[in-house]
Amino acid sequence: MAINTSRRGFIKMAGAATLAAGGASVLAGCGNGNSSSDSSTIKIGVLGPYSGDVAQYGLAVRNGIDLYFEQNPQIAGKNVELDEEDEKGDATEAVNAYNKMVEGGAVAVLGDVTSTPSIAVAQQSVNDNIPLISASATAADFVSYGKNAFRACITDPYQGKLMADFAASEGYKTVGTIYNSGGDYEKGVNDAFVEEAQSKGINVTTQQGYAAGDVDFKSQLTTIIGTNPDVIFSPNYYQDDGKIVTQARQLGYKGVFMGADGWSNIVGGSEEYASAADLEGCFYDCSFVAENPDEKVQQFIKDYQAKYNEAPSNFCALGYDAAMVMAKAIETVENDGKAKYGTDDYKQAIIDAIASGSVDGVTGTIKYDGTGDPVKPTLVITFKDGKQSVYKTVEADA
Amino acid sequence: MDEENNTQEKRPYITTNSPEETAKGEAPEHQKAKPGRKTLSMPKRYIINTLLTVVVLTLGEAMIDGGFITRYGATVLEQVGVNIIMAASLNIATGYLGQLPLGHAGFMSIGGYSCAILFMNLMPAFGLNARAVATGSPMAILLLVICLLFGGVMAAIAGIIIGIPALRLKGDYLAIITLGFAEIIRVVMLNIDSVVGFELTGGAKGLTGIPSYTNFLDTFVVVAIVLFLIHTMMKSRHGRAILAIRDNEIAAEASGVNTTYYKTLAFVVSAFFAGIAGGLYAGCVGVMMPAKFGFMKSIEILVMVVLGGMGSMLGSVLSATVLTILPEALRAFADYRMIVYSVVLILVMIFRPQGLLGTYDFSMSRVIERIMNKDFPWKKKSAKEVEADA
Repeated sequence: MAINTSRRGFIKMAGAATLAAGGASVLAGCGNGNSSSDSSTIKIGVLGPYSGDVAQYGLAVRNGIDLYFEQNPQIAGKNVELDEEDEKGDATEAVNAYNKMVEGGAVAVLGDVTSTPSIAVAQQSVNDNIPLISASATAADFVSYGKNAFRACITDPYQGKLMADFAASEGYKTVGTIYNSGGDYEKGVNDAFVEEAQSKGINVTTQQGYAAGDVDFKSQLTTIIGTNPDVIFSPNYYQDDGKIVTQARQLGYKGVFMGADGWSNIVGGSEEYASAADLEGCFYDCSFVAENPDEKVQQFIKDYQAKYNEAPSNFCALGYDAAMVMAKAIETVENDGKAKYGTDDYKQAIIDAIASGSVDGVTGTIKYDGTGDPVKPTLVITFKDGKQSVYKTVEADA
Repeated sequence: MDEENNTQEKRPYITTNSPEETAKGEAPEHQKAKPGRKTLSMPKRYIINTLLTVVVLTLGEAMIDGGFITRYGATVLEQVGVNIIMAASLNIATGYLGQLPLGHAGFMSIGGYSCAILFMNLMPAFGLNARAVATGSPMAILLLVICLLFGGVMAAIAGIIIGIPALRLKGDYLAIITLGFAEIIRVVMLNIDSVVGFELTGGAKGLTGIPSYTNFLDTFVVVAIVLFLIHTMMKSRHGRAILAIRDNEIAAEASGVNTTYYKTLAFVVSAFFAGIAGGLYAGCVGVMMPAKFGFMKSIEILVMVVLGGMGSMLGSVLSATVLTILPEALRAFADYRMIVYSVVLILVMIFRPQGLLGTYDFSMSRVIERIMNKDFPWKKKSAKEVEADA
């Protein structure tokens, strides 16, 4: 009897506690909704994965954004308030966090970082018509849902096409590709590369897919090397690319490797992913590299190192630029002074300002040519004695 | 929202009822045993529970319309609804059937993809655009019902395919084979496009542009229906057979229960409801991605069931609610929230290894009957009453 009663008691207490917790959280969600009418600050939402599998990209982008707003804490005399939300690289959480920041009174959102959550957020944001800039969502779909979504980076298909054109201009005739067939980024770049390469008359000898998490690429590489291509195109992330390059050299491949911007960080980081000798003469495209002699870039690197005590990556620079594009657009609207802060007109004005503006960022001059995709120059990077250098700058064909 | 779970009878134990008595499907035996006790008739119980469910749903909808629950809150509640269905459906296979399948996310993914793909392809045929879907026109509701059922049926078919061979195994082996099967589903979703050669699931980049065809009301009407169906199934002859298999498979078989049939049945029903939850999830989030439905998702749902108490529907509902809201409620603590989440799980497993509620299930009617009889838990009972009540 005594045991029975205490168990009942426990259950009731547990039930009551859970109900209270649930109720409180719902109420907390509501409470935040009403604190947005203060017009002396400008509230910007920052969304990205700061924990979980893809946290390194989210944190890098956030560092860039934070650095920009630390240097420029005010827009047109108003303080900027950042509402930074973690979404763990998960689309469900991204949608929740997005809704939360919009209800919290954010007039613009910087995010998301990886492609699928970004698309989920872009779909939601169309109804709110809120200005949305992603630093690094490369999937083509991201900007296709509404006029309000922009990105600071170049897209997967654009990179694939660019590298195929580059391969053609370098006079390569045959190419084999190896890519992570389970990754949207890798597959997107590869497909565009193959299509453009074939239209340029390059013979794509074989396309080899591998599964995410693979560490041994020798069977695919043996097949590729068997077709004797001039170039192996490996549009993957640097951890995989490093292993692919190393293993191909072990199998006796002497030719060139080409990659996309996932190759950034393959050298110069704390870890060595491939040796200098193995990488000699390989190419990849990218919009930011520390070896770029441009004055703006060098200043950014100096500032970044002073704040975080580490070298900035491509993602940091894109985050910095995304913040800059957004801040400049808001500044235009604020100086114009026609639209009242927080209204739908205000948001539309920011969107128009982004679309018509041109910003001199650390990843090049960014402007938007009627779409959410930036028109900006791209760098082709090559390796010499383990050092990266800018091989050529490809201007956007706008 | 727990009132949706107004289960009407007692815990899902095999009781010592004589067959004639249970066959009548009337009030439980302890109420008959005491002629002086006031009871509620079955129709009255159904009416009370239906009314309460309607009241809760109306109240929720009114709170959303009135802006008391924000859109953020409503989206989280929708996810709560999806997870309630997931946990309650896994509870059939884990809590009631007593097996340990680890591939529940696979069924969710099948249901979600089928439902979303069918919905997107039938939208023109039903003359709907995204606007009409979002506002919930009658045609959109009809299409939603069709697509959810389609999603459920597809998941159920997958459940049959996996269930027949897998359920010949027990324990660890079943866990491994279902785990493997869920991986197969994930890889199929990832690669089916390039194999069949046309755009179906969107591959690695995911299925995007799914119109938001669900809202709070849709989701929780489905939750209420699913919980009702699971509850009535578990109270039926089939449910008792399933419980018998859990308690002792050999004894059940010896008593003439067709164990293979009933194991497969429970497994398939569990898959069916998971498919429906997947369909709701797709509408709620708007993108489907194969990576989302990996091993960790299955574990997440299993954690909900185990935490709430295996075999308790209220437990599944409560823990699905809490575990969905908890990470969101702890958002203010940013980096520490996942630690808190884990600590909660560890503490519960140490102090309540049988889950928060064990196999206890809540019954509104029982509570009302107690009030009618002025039979309160704090009142000292005679030994005879306790025996009748236990």
